[in-house]
Amino acid sequence: MSEAVTQPVPGAPEEKAAGPWREAWTGFRKSKAALFGAAIVLMFVVLAFVGPLIAPEGINEQDMSKRLMAPSAEHWFGTDDFGRDILSRVIHGARISLWVGFFSVIGSVIVGSLLGIIAGYYGRWVDTIISRLFDIMLAFPSILLAIAIVSVLGPSLQNALIAIAVINVPNFGRLIRSKVLSIKQDEYITAAKAIGMKDSRILFSHILPNSMAPVIVQGTLAVATAILEAAALGFLGLGAQAPAPEWGKMLSDARNYLRDAPWTMIFPGLAIMLTVLGFNLMGDGLRDALDPKMKS
Amino acid sequence: MKEPLLKVEGLKKHFPVRKGALGRVKGHVKAVDGVSFEVLPGETLGIVGESGCGKSTTGRLLMRLLEPSGGKVTFDGRELTALGGDEMRKVRRDIQMVFQDPYASLNPRHTIGKILEEPLLVHGMKDPKERKRKVREFLEIVGLSGYHSSRYPHQFSGGQRQRIGIARALMTNPKLIIADEPVSALDVSIQSQVLNLMQDLQREFGLTYIFISHDLSVVRHISDRVAVMYLGRIVEIAESDRLYEMPLHPYTQALLSAVPVPDPGFVREQIVLEGDIPSPADPPPGCPFHSRCPFRMDICKSKVPLLTEQETGHSVACHLYTEEARGDDNKKLVTEGSL
Repeated sequence: MSEAVTQPVPGAPEEKAAGPWREAWTGFRKSKAALFGAAIVLMFVVLAFVGPLIAPEGINEQDMSKRLMAPSAEHWFGTDDFGRDILSRVIHGARISLWVGFFSVIGSVIVGSLLGIIAGYYGRWVDTIISRLFDIMLAFPSILLAIAIVSVLGPSLQNALIAIAVINVPNFGRLIRSKVLSIKQDEYITAAKAIGMKDSRILFSHILPNSMAPVIVQGTLAVATAILEAAALGFLGLGAQAPAPEWGKMLSDARNYLRDAPWTMIFPGLAIMLTVLGFNLMGDGLRDALDPKMKS
Repeated sequence: MKEPLLKVEGLKKHFPVRKGALGRVKGHVKAVDGVSFEVLPGETLGIVGESGCGKSTTGRLLMRLLEPSGGKVTFDGRELTALGGDEMRKVRRDIQMVFQDPYASLNPRHTIGKILEEPLLVHGMKDPKERKRKVREFLEIVGLSGYHSSRYPHQFSGGQRQRIGIARALMTNPKLIIADEPVSALDVSIQSQVLNLMQDLQREFGLTYIFISHDLSVVRHISDRVAVMYLGRIVEIAESDRLYEMPLHPYTQALLSAVPVPDPGFVREQIVLEGDIPSPADPPPGCPFHSRCPFRMDICKSKVPLLTEQETGHSVACHLYTEEARGDDNKKLVTEGSL
């Protein structure tokens, strides 16, 4: 093994073979907007991890003498109607929003990929059943479906996460299915069959890795949507419950003070906007880097 | 007389044509319609024909990459068409395939090492060191180097990739290799390199080839025997030199007259066929070639000619050579046509 690596090549020094993922990274690095997006996302991820350590106060330290105070040196983002420090709550909220965003998307990707790959590869009636199921789910406005699911399961953050995961399954399922349909026509799949490979190995070693690029792009963009949906459910009182510092819930609590204390709404709103912007910019950059059609 | 390695009898593939909302079957595309031939161990059988004549489909049917609609394939004494899925997968270690497009037949996300290792892994070679050793060995056999195994397909040229495709087919020590247009995507200068490599490998490993191509000169160069296909049927099969020097079927004659000759002074009567190749969904009744044949007779419109042996090893499916039509003195016509 080491023999192959150390073997001297006359005239051509052995370069580290650049794999497809490595090339995508090179492409991604060229886009300033994508890097900016990635930086925002990274910032919020770091906040989610170390937030409790750097936040000036806890999530529920009430001080009724400091209700609805405007932003100041002491409270950078002001205080809310219970006198809680909004900066601290926004920082704590990053963990909730990202948690919901990531895990709901991971759930949708896993279930959607599995269904999509089965539908695309086996075709016929399997495909018909799965595709019609997706169609039925897509026939509902997604937030309505999410509300229905949460109503059945009962309002809580965890159930909101499940609902968001469920409503996004058909998007990923259809994406994967169409990708699998095109990949299974490729000659290297025929070649794999000709070698005598089993279906399961073809699916997971050849088709799945080759259909992942659009899923990564869609997944990044979907995290943004999921955060928005979680906020929407929180706003409607169907997501995180008080006193959890979920951004959407904070917006909802703040709406009574919009006129007198706009900061109670502006800062959680800004946090949502920035996170979503970050994921969208990063997703766009990833799409440009991973889309083979953009390559020369 | 050697036992044939591969025996194909009446192989058929009919693709259903579905129409309407309910997907009812409204007829069939007869891509392969009753093909029979034998391949002897160590020989190269060339299959030529226009695009759409069913030659690639035939190759895929032999490996059961497509399920045949009818007929029998016997390989090395075993009837492939009767095997279950798992048994068939195991037989595939003895029959391998080289594909047309060297850009599409290698997984772009796998390194060359991984691509070549896979056949070994699938057929149960557990020791990773032994696999790596074999990968390096075969890379060198096909004219590449061991260190290429850590690279990705896009870092190679078309000719190099086709060498990798050939190496992959060789990994399991197969007896039969089905090469489906292996050089038609390559530059002419590279074509000859790859063809010579294939011939060297045939000598070295005692391989048997089925060589599918539309390029008559390539097929002549590499084949011992050649089968000519038209609309899903074999119309003529003979030893390569004999077929090229004395073609019997009017279609073969027309095909061969279209091969360019590298001599500007050479004048030859070119047989230009009228019309297009008919749709295999709706082939003409009788002889499939009669709609374009310059020598058509009444019997051609109603009766399908069978592949019959005219001389040793030279069979043709044409009424010009059958008993019923012999009396009509048509043979003379053909001999004139073949000049």
